[in-house]
Amino acid sequence: MAFTLNLNGEPRTVDAEPDTPLLWVIRDELKLTGTKFGCGVASCGACTVHLDGAPARSCQTYVEDVEGVEITTIEAMSETAIGAAVQQAWIELDVVQCGYCQSGQIMSAVGLLAENPKPSSEEIDDYMSGNACRCATYQRIRAGIHRAAEILEG
Amino acid sequence: MTLTSSRRSFLKGVAAVGAALVVGIRTDGALAAASGETAQFNPFVKIDADGTVTAIVKHFEKGQGPATGLPTLIAEEIGLRMDQIEYEFAPSNPQIYNNLLFGAFQGTGGSTAMANSWLQYRQAGAAAREMLIAAAAQSWGVDRTGITIEEGIVKAGDRSAPIAEFVAAASQLEAPAEPRLKEPSEFHLIGNDSIRRKDSAIKGNGQAMYAMDVHLPNQMVAMIKRPESRGATAIGFDDSASKEVKGYINAAVLPNSAGVAVYAENTWAAIQARDALEVEWDMSGAETRSSDQIKAEIMAALDAEATYNVNKADVAAVSAAIDGAEKVIEKTFYFPLLAHAPMEPLNCTIEQTAEGEIILHDGAQMPTGPHMAYQEIFGLPAEKIHIKTMLAGGSFGRRATPDADYQVEAALAFVLTDRSRPVKLVWTREDDIRSGYYRPAFGHKVRVGLNAAGDIVGWQHQVAGQPIIKGTLFEAFMVHDGVDLTSVEGVAESPYQIPGMAIGLTDTEKATSVLWWRSVGHTHTAYAMEVMMDLAAKAAGADPVEFRLAYLADSTDPDQRRKAGVLRLAAEKAGWGTVADGRVQGIAVHKSFGSYVAEVVEISGNPDDGIKIEKVTCAVDCGIAVNPDVVRAQMEGGIGYGLGHAMRDQITLTDGAVDQYNFPDYEPLRIGDIAQIDVHIVPSAEAPTGVGEPGTPPAPPALANAIAALSGELVTALPMVEDGVAFA
Repeated sequence: MAFTLNLNGEPRTVDAEPDTPLLWVIRDELKLTGTKFGCGVASCGACTVHLDGAPARSCQTYVEDVEGVEITTIEAMSETAIGAAVQQAWIELDVVQCGYCQSGQIMSAVGLLAENPKPSSEEIDDYMSGNACRCATYQRIRAGIHRAAEILEG
Repeated sequence: MTLTSSRRSFLKGVAAVGAALVVGIRTDGALAAASGETAQFNPFVKIDADGTVTAIVKHFEKGQGPATGLPTLIAEEIGLRMDQIEYEFAPSNPQIYNNLLFGAFQGTGGSTAMANSWLQYRQAGAAAREMLIAAAAQSWGVDRTGITIEEGIVKAGDRSAPIAEFVAAASQLEAPAEPRLKEPSEFHLIGNDSIRRKDSAIKGNGQAMYAMDVHLPNQMVAMIKRPESRGATAIGFDDSASKEVKGYINAAVLPNSAGVAVYAENTWAAIQARDALEVEWDMSGAETRSSDQIKAEIMAALDAEATYNVNKADVAAVSAAIDGAEKVIEKTFYFPLLAHAPMEPLNCTIEQTAEGEIILHDGAQMPTGPHMAYQEIFGLPAEKIHIKTMLAGGSFGRRATPDADYQVEAALAFVLTDRSRPVKLVWTREDDIRSGYYRPAFGHKVRVGLNAAGDIVGWQHQVAGQPIIKGTLFEAFMVHDGVDLTSVEGVAESPYQIPGMAIGLTDTEKATSVLWWRSVGHTHTAYAMEVMMDLAAKAAGADPVEFRLAYLADSTDPDQRRKAGVLRLAAEKAGWGTVADGRVQGIAVHKSFGSYVAEVVEISGNPDDGIKIEKVTCAVDCGIAVNPDVVRAQMEGGIGYGLGHAMRDQITLTDGAVDQYNFPDYEPLRIGDIAQIDVHIVPSAEAPTGVGEPGTPPAPPALANAIAALSGELVTALPMVEDGVAFA
């Protein structure tokens, strides 16, 4: 079936079965590979994208449900003030190690800061608890979110 | 000049155009250089005519930092800023890009990337510097001794020019045999804490390319339907339900019958078609034991006489000394199977060129492994097989299989096709957790005797488990007199001067496919050693830090001095003995991969309602810290990896089948599990040693010691949650 998606501000038409996870449409059909496959069961957060501005696990989001929804991936994150601030903080603090989970971490971090511009460490830990990092970069993720909040405050 | 075909294709591969200076070390060890067209070697340093310097990195990047560290060495010696050097991963060539500690084998492991590259990459950079300076001296008619290169600018008195100006001329010169390496006092980049990772930006904006991100034109995705129990073989299959999946192509039993390859147009179709496939299995060769039985076999081995007397001790005398001691402590420990579970599930892509050559796209940790295996599988000479190393989404040892397991699987799936389409083999998380290679289960039984003064008079240490190295191509290096060194490393050759030590080892029968896992044998040996040291200190009525220092007292022995140094530093920085109300500390110190690490874990709460890890203070002596912030990050990550598994994780088997399936029941450490980690690096002039693994071993015993100090409950079987400890 053909679906027209609003991806990173552009209409994209894809041919897929209705119950295809958005993750695989983004990665395999549209070749936007910044969104990662980590577990397939919404347990690691590597596949996090934004749906109408809110973080969602694309491995458990079906293509038939997201027509008319604004889908944003890591590739477009630098275009938003919060996204750019988080990316800047990530570079300043060298948050990444292997980096494979970091697209998802950044998507969630942006979601948090959009809701809560000055989160406490506890609020960060709570909000980010669904994003796994096997390299255990968590301390820098926490510091990176604090730093991004600072950057946004100006 | 005559070029070999491999060199020709390499040069094509790096797109060396015009007069490019390439510097590398020939197989005979001599430095050599030539212009791009006439190079006679594969380079470590490439300088394009426009002055762009590229470091050819022989180690893969799984987050541990060689894509920053090796360029740092070259940039330092040439005289560049870090933004003036790029990196690319080396092709597979075990003669040129071998790990100097592995023989003629290219690979990353044992925390050796920096240790074995330290001189090699500096020499390559220094040679390039001297050639550029020589060319400038000729051009300017000045003596070369007055010429320097700083931030990519060649300078002599009032004259200056970018290095680009001298690349063409320098490329015509002989490489110096023994280029002068810079003194530490001249370092601007090595040890500079302001140096940032070179791969940060691309890993934060979606541009980083991992093997999983390879999409070759017309590629198929292959997944393997595997048996529930290792060792079962596929007899046949029914794919009638798979045919209902849009995008399903076909399926075929692998040539080794280990599973059925399912081919599809894309990943989601492959997942669905594999789920729908019905396979008939021959279970006659399958593992049927449960993990309880495997554990019982290990425990029984600990109670019997050990097969190997590892340190050739007088076991009867040690045993008698303990029997006659004032106080005797005896504990038995069990460590379960563990999966590595790197964030990027295993995968790789194979294609065949029009000329019949094979290209493997892989986050290749040990390129020589698949390179050798592919020569046999495809019947091709080495130079017709190419490995393109991609970024790797973690490994923790999993990608370094001596038998190149997943790359061979991909090749077997590929040879079943007509090879007209590239095949991308993809593992799911379930494949990774259920069908992987595991840290072997191990048991330790330790008896320690103390005299009335509280001194250790005997330490009898029995180890039992499935060896990792025996039967692999590394056997010659790491198995001595039957003893697989990885089974006892960290007990044998401990820097502690313990009198009357007897170490016994018994190999247990193969239970599953086992593999090194971040810090290998130290994952269990450090736990047994450091928990016993704490118990011995308690029995002696001594402070755990002071007690350990008594066995590291010989300051003329660098091993003891450096281990004592990190122990003191961690204790000092953690405020050992002066914690706030409601907080308790535990400490552990361990040497692994040439580095010394001490950690203090500070906790609150209680084991029934939940323990919270408030702070981990780490002191590390890894020689010269080339990129201090990378060292810090590796300690942070190593601590998290060690603690997360010790807290919650294990792989268990029921009738031969793995019980766990994915992250919901093989739980990753989460962000709220550790509130704070502080890392302190010991200043050092020693050559760099490992950092990827050494942060891991002391963390679990430090936590266990803290829990014991808090509650009196000692965890002797991991994971801790199975032993009655709850975490907040």
